[in-house]
Amino acid sequence: MENLTAEEIEKIEHEISLVPVKKAACIEALKVVQQHRGWVSDESIKAVADLMDMSPAELDSVATFYNLIFRQPVGRHVILVCDSISCWVVGYENIREYLTAKLGIQYGQTTPDGRFTMLPNVCLGCCDHAPALMIDNDLYKDLEPNQLDEILNKYA
Amino acid sequence: METPLTQHIVADRQPLSLKEYERVGGYESVRKVLKQMTPSEVTELVKASNLKGRGGAGFGTGVKWSFVPMDVPGPKYLVANADEMEPGTFKDRLLLEGNPHQLIEGMIVASYAIQANISYVFLRWAYKLAAHEITKAIQEAYDAGYLGENILGTGYTLDMHLHTGVGRYMCGEETALLNALEGKRANPRAKPPFPQVSGLYGRPTIVNNVETLCCLPHIVNKGAEWFKSISNSEDAGTKIYGISGRVKKPGVWELPMGVTVRELLEDYAGGMKDGLKFRGLLPGGASTDFMVEEHLDVKMDYASVAKAGSRMGTGTMIILDDKTCPVGFVLNLQHFFAQESCGFCTPCREGLPWVEKILLAMERGEGKPEHLNILDFHTQFLGPGNTFCALAPGAMEPLQSALKYFRADFERHITEKRCPWKK
Repeated sequence: MENLTAEEIEKIEHEISLVPVKKAACIEALKVVQQHRGWVSDESIKAVADLMDMSPAELDSVATFYNLIFRQPVGRHVILVCDSISCWVVGYENIREYLTAKLGIQYGQTTPDGRFTMLPNVCLGCCDHAPALMIDNDLYKDLEPNQLDEILNKYA
Repeated sequence: METPLTQHIVADRQPLSLKEYERVGGYESVRKVLKQMTPSEVTELVKASNLKGRGGAGFGTGVKWSFVPMDVPGPKYLVANADEMEPGTFKDRLLLEGNPHQLIEGMIVASYAIQANISYVFLRWAYKLAAHEITKAIQEAYDAGYLGENILGTGYTLDMHLHTGVGRYMCGEETALLNALEGKRANPRAKPPFPQVSGLYGRPTIVNNVETLCCLPHIVNKGAEWFKSISNSEDAGTKIYGISGRVKKPGVWELPMGVTVRELLEDYAGGMKDGLKFRGLLPGGASTDFMVEEHLDVKMDYASVAKAGSRMGTGTMIILDDKTCPVGFVLNLQHFFAQESCGFCTPCREGLPWVEKILLAMERGEGKPEHLNILDFHTQFLGPGNTFCALAPGAMEPLQSALKYFRADFERHITEKRCPWKK
């Protein structure tokens, strides 16, 4: 079984110390693992469940519920394309089509070099500046397809 | 025109530091409630102000607080609902990024009123800048003695934590939010018991929207009568309105409660973009009924929008123009709701994907005459009272009103066997 690193365990123990019930820290624990490894593998689920006094099935039911806990490997950078109503009205599909043509990936796929994964995302909450997308922690808004090359170049 | 909530927010400028915020009267309301008022006096003041919850339901804030049993020993909690994920809604982002101390101040007032000693900001994952600013502001508030033990020497203790969600629309529903805070799947809980009695970890808990909480310092400082006087309608206060869609100037504005739809659309958003005509709008996010031309002079307050057959919801409008297909518009909404259903109750889990598939078939030119009846049936079957929570009934609001106002467009998709908006 894959072991959690000492650093991951320390961070998870810290999260556990902040809550009145151990299990309540399980989402934070999953976030810790994802931060370190990019995604949460079956082995990580087992290791974290052990630490949380949960069954792997119970923890996985939580992990798979949330959109932004990745249970499959993702690329070094994750592109989240807003596909909700305000972005749809202004034609976000140009943006998605450009990215698909440029990177050769559909939603849910990762470029062969492991650089980008592209996912749809619900409303990013900047509808007056639609269309919008996020790459990792960065928000881009008022997008035009011709800006995308320059944006993608920032991510190695 | 008074704009208490946004007066210190300047676009593209750092929010006020604690020191700067104090210089413009920040945290005065904390001094006032902690030193001069009893918790029940604070609740009575908020009741008298007629402040209604700005998250969408519009329930009286003071009334909500008054359901908290004050005589039970043990912990109570206050949670700021900053999980803004209603499609087309971008008002709390402004308050969170623009003036985090105002939210913290409001949370201290609310916590004191219900005598909570632990509070949480439940923030959606995508609001990275807000997370940064709130983390910084909470630390400043601790350092200045507004949070922690024995606040301002009054003996009152309040801790505050930031919890960042990992993305699920359901978390905005208050009981689902509490499950998420407890590290569970964000399924909603049965009500009753209501969270005011049995919420986080089974303890009395108040969940209030960010905008609601940001009103509190101003109500404490200037009084209930002032709060009512700055509105244009029977609902008190200001409201943060927004408009998105193909208008000239999409944006977000703090205005007296009760400005009309027309004022917002024409005076603030500058009207439709050239070459486009107005066809309809959702007044407050994806889960509200369409309003159309005949409703342009309706006041944007809870009662007036309800009288027009819709809900004010979050007060952030999404505009439908004549070059955009209403069926495609509703399909986008139903895709969202089907995806975000928690899957707990059958009508929602099975019904929403069915609705989505039918709308998709219509868009592809594969619509059949009986499809309209199936959609009509769903608006009843997934309506209020038939599902475990408000997600599916909310999803049916734009569908049922689209079937009413844009029925001819649905029929054209079926008879012409194509989407008339696609070239």
